[in-house]
Amino acid sequence: MSTRLSSAGRLVDTSKKISFTFNGKKLTGFKGDTLASALLANDQMLVGRSFKYHRPRGIVSSGSEEPNALVNLGEEGMFEPNQRATITELFEGLSATSQNHWPSLEFDVGAINKYLSRFLPAGFYYKMFIHPRPFWKYIYEPIIRQSAGLGKAPSEKDASTYEHFYAFYDVVVVGGGVAGLQAAVTAAKSGKKILVIEQTAHWGGRAPVDGGEVSGQPVDDFLDECVATLASMENVQIRTRMTGVGVYDHGYLIANERLSDHMPEVDGPRHRLWRIRAGSIITATGAIERPLVFADNDKPGVLLASALRDYVTDYGVSLGDRTVVVTNNDDAYLTAIAIKNIGLEVSAIIDSRPNGAGELGEKAKAMGIRVKTGKGIAKVLGGKRVTGVAICAQAGEGAVLEEMLCDCVAMSGGWSPVVHLYSHCGGKLLWDEEKLMFHPDVNNYPKDHNGKPFVLPAGAANGCLDLNEILRDATEVGSTAVGAKKPSKLPSADPRVESPIEAAWMMPQGAGTKLRSKAWLDFQNDVKVSDVQLAAQEGFQSVEHAKRYTTLGMATDQGKLSNINGLATLAGALNTPIPEVGTTTFRPPYTPISMGSIAGLARDEVFQPIRQTSIHAWHEQNGAYMEPVGQWRRPYCYPKTGESHSDAVEREINQTRGSLGLLDASTLGKLLVKGPDAAKFLDMLYTNMMSSLKVGKCRYGLMCSENGFLSDDGVVARINEETFLCHTTSGGADHIHAQMEEWLQTEWWDWKVYVANVTEQFAQLGVVGPNARAILEKLGGMDVSKDALGPMEWKDGQIAEFEVRAFRISFSGELSYEIALPANQGIAFWQVLLEAGQEFGVMPYGTEALHVMRAEKGFIMIGDETDGTVIPQDLGMNWAISKKKTDFLGKRAQERSYMVDPNRWRLVGLETTDGSVLPDGAYAVGQGHNANDQKNTIGRVTSTYYSPTLSRGIAMGLVHKGPERMGEIIDFPKIDGTVVKVKIVDQVFFDKDGEKQNV
Amino acid sequence: MSDTVVDIESMRFEGYVTVFQANPLGMIAVRGDLASKPFSTALKKAIGIDLPKMRQIAKGDTSTLAWMSPDELLILSTWEHKTRLMTVIQKALGKRHSMVADVSDARMTFTLKGSNVREVIAKLAPVDLSPAGLEPGEVRRTRFGQISAAFWLVSQEEATVICFRSFGDYMFKQLKAAATPGSELDIWS
Repeated sequence: MSTRLSSAGRLVDTSKKISFTFNGKKLTGFKGDTLASALLANDQMLVGRSFKYHRPRGIVSSGSEEPNALVNLGEEGMFEPNQRATITELFEGLSATSQNHWPSLEFDVGAINKYLSRFLPAGFYYKMFIHPRPFWKYIYEPIIRQSAGLGKAPSEKDASTYEHFYAFYDVVVVGGGVAGLQAAVTAAKSGKKILVIEQTAHWGGRAPVDGGEVSGQPVDDFLDECVATLASMENVQIRTRMTGVGVYDHGYLIANERLSDHMPEVDGPRHRLWRIRAGSIITATGAIERPLVFADNDKPGVLLASALRDYVTDYGVSLGDRTVVVTNNDDAYLTAIAIKNIGLEVSAIIDSRPNGAGELGEKAKAMGIRVKTGKGIAKVLGGKRVTGVAICAQAGEGAVLEEMLCDCVAMSGGWSPVVHLYSHCGGKLLWDEEKLMFHPDVNNYPKDHNGKPFVLPAGAANGCLDLNEILRDATEVGSTAVGAKKPSKLPSADPRVESPIEAAWMMPQGAGTKLRSKAWLDFQNDVKVSDVQLAAQEGFQSVEHAKRYTTLGMATDQGKLSNINGLATLAGALNTPIPEVGTTTFRPPYTPISMGSIAGLARDEVFQPIRQTSIHAWHEQNGAYMEPVGQWRRPYCYPKTGESHSDAVEREINQTRGSLGLLDASTLGKLLVKGPDAAKFLDMLYTNMMSSLKVGKCRYGLMCSENGFLSDDGVVARINEETFLCHTTSGGADHIHAQMEEWLQTEWWDWKVYVANVTEQFAQLGVVGPNARAILEKLGGMDVSKDALGPMEWKDGQIAEFEVRAFRISFSGELSYEIALPANQGIAFWQVLLEAGQEFGVMPYGTEALHVMRAEKGFIMIGDETDGTVIPQDLGMNWAISKKKTDFLGKRAQERSYMVDPNRWRLVGLETTDGSVLPDGAYAVGQGHNANDQKNTIGRVTSTYYSPTLSRGIAMGLVHKGPERMGEIIDFPKIDGTVVKVKIVDQVFFDKDGEKQNV
Repeated sequence: MSDTVVDIESMRFEGYVTVFQANPLGMIAVRGDLASKPFSTALKKAIGIDLPKMRQIAKGDTSTLAWMSPDELLILSTWEHKTRLMTVIQKALGKRHSMVADVSDARMTFTLKGSNVREVIAKLAPVDLSPAGLEPGEVRRTRFGQISAAFWLVSQEEATVICFRSFGDYMFKQLKAAATPGSELDIWS
């Protein structure tokens, strides 16, 4: 059984007890424990069920590479699935539950899958569930999702807060082990700005556990000295619990800082996402030990040799009295020695190499540890935990030579440098046949914009496993990063005399089908040796294809333990060398980070920016129902108590058509265009002629993209010879402004034109209706009579003591003025209008009334009548397209054959024969069927409303040869199966001659 | 006409940095070729300040010039002074190709005060706010969260932030969130 030892661990404080729960069971641990070490201390070796076969699984590692010990952590607003117990620091009241089991961890119904495993090979789901097609969505997928899957999705809103932080450094060192600290100390001497981050809560990496001496002093002292030096330097910042997540172009590094995961009671953000620009990035990210691949290597009690060393040394926890160490390299001997040193039994070291280890082998033997060379494990004995191992010859097929009782198997298949961050931005790898690892290719580091390497791997991450080698490498990298010379005096360590690692990708080498289909490569996604071999046999030869077919390395751990073993297995099956198979692509994030961290502050009231006009507060106070228009919120209508939205809209329209309505039109884009070439510039941007516009006049214009499609419209006012004020749609202002700047900066850079976006400088209020002139005359000031301010004219002046610019423009068909004045005065003028308008029954109207009134008049709306595929000619707007101009944006495109095709759908009015309102987006059907056996369509609705003015439904739509088919009746089927008969009519439904507005 | 209608008292937050809406400033956008001698001389004569260098702010007695781009300046003054300033500038530039626009009403201004003012901004704007990276007197056009903004450090413990008026409410709310007590980094204070 796993238990707490009497000898205290390096990191735990046994005077401080901490209680926590696992699957509701009350347990205790100590301050400094991880959830994993505390579970082991409580003999909780079974921590989860596997993804596919529901096999019992235990803790395999002691770090972020952990594939098995994933738990649901916390409750309600603090609930988070898939948390790795190995890096979860224990805190008082922690509550965790295991995942992927039903009904309980100890007894799991899904475990029957393990007996079915020969029927669930790689690609099983693809092969089995492809037919019949509809079954996937309704039957297969829900069942599979229920039975496979890891953590639960949270049901409550995340109660924690998060934030981002932008930071800039000359050098960022990722990793606070010997290599990272030595590189940082070396680089820091240059005085440059340096950040050092470490993903765990402790500095030093593996060195404090693995031991050694640096320049004659214990490695611990050396590390303390490094940290103290860095902490004291002005130009250096050091931070723990901060993980390098991803490296991107231009020295962009994302790092995730975990501020309160280990003390949730503290205020402040839980995680902080650092968005860093670094001159260079030193990745001193260490190495990860590989599992060995033998039958039943996934039983609880089988773990990495280095992890067992960590649990014993750091946390004072053992996994049992008798340990079997199995290895293909010298490093695992350290584990045997550590176990022996605390007085526990090492049943044997099983070394797959015929000649065994170097000096560590001698040391182990001297301590009385039995070493069996040239041997391997044929299989692991036991059910929910290890009870023993069967030993065989590594070179053989798995005939059992001997069974050995044990509680724990510590395995080491060698070390893989953590090259993830190094690889994110294009760093290339080389296969080292002697060390059996992929390490960074010194000639192919990721390059910055100057072609200079900007990600510099150091230490174990660079393929150096020996302490002395690590120190030398780190010093060199630290100097390179700051462009300094390598210091003459280096810290050094005595090199270890080692026997080289020898490949043992399958144990035993000649294992038959039975053993191979129980030898796990990927613990988290349940991928076995036999699956990868099957994939190869079925033709999935590329490592990227084999990965996706078998799901190897596709789980939340992204194959940190499994990838190298997997591709070595694939190489074996394909009979190609490992480097030719290559690795799959390393992508960010290095370890999963919370969605909250990615969102940062952007949640709740600052999730999205909401733009407000100067009258916004009044709208809200007066019960306006708001709708989004771009980032603006605009009143849709102003319902009175008990009034429906449609009733409110009808009331607003009747009031405006009958007497007087007010509109907050401030959101309308307003772009000031000025310069000697301004007229020429606008002639290029608009389809119609703007240069001929007279000062004091307004003209409605259309803008198209280079492809000829209508993109925006609005009224242009000529302020003086050189100055124009271009009104755009509310949603289009920023985009059109940017487009103007782009043309001026990239194509017509020698034209003398300046543009400014003055949208927000002005409140713009629509005074609309038969009494519009009466109210302005009542307020006094400017002469707004027909002769003084005719249709499509503008004038500066005073109205009721306000300095204003009045435009005589109408989008409703009524007598209408738009009054612009400085935004800060908008609300005051609005109030003045409301008060003075009382005798006319004045009411504000919203965007829906605006839409209906414009539709009654047959005016188009960008975004309704246009959708990016519509040209002005489709809308019958040839009158707005200049024939005199030699060029304008979209001109050439509009002359292309398919743009002048007489078969294009064109705009007409649509009148239902029964007076009903056509459904929005409805399609008209014609004769026959298309290739997909759907009815041929001949038109569609672009705008449809109930018109209170005409007391019937009105609509506009694009119809095949529409204008040539006036009076024809066409069919619009509805979703309920019925058909609406619709007459094609002129699109202007109301006051065709404009008698109401031209008064 | 009283023309400031914003409720200034309501936009104030005492976080670990104090955030509040400042009195509106007169702001005039001037576009023209800053590298042209006649242009800069005319402008300097009119306002009495040397034009600022790239990303710098030049201060005078009654107005301040902020560099916006190679062909744009923002001229700041008190609210009362802006109308006269507009006239003076327009007259000085005369027929030279340029643009002068009053944008005072289009903006909202916030003041941030406190020893951690740098880091609160660094939570929102992708700018190097370390003392070595940004000094008082330099103006940055950038973004704060999802909106565009400009800011400068008035001193080591005070900053001015400008955004479009329609985003004022959003700006205040995100500044508040960034200045929430408990979220200190304390790396530059």
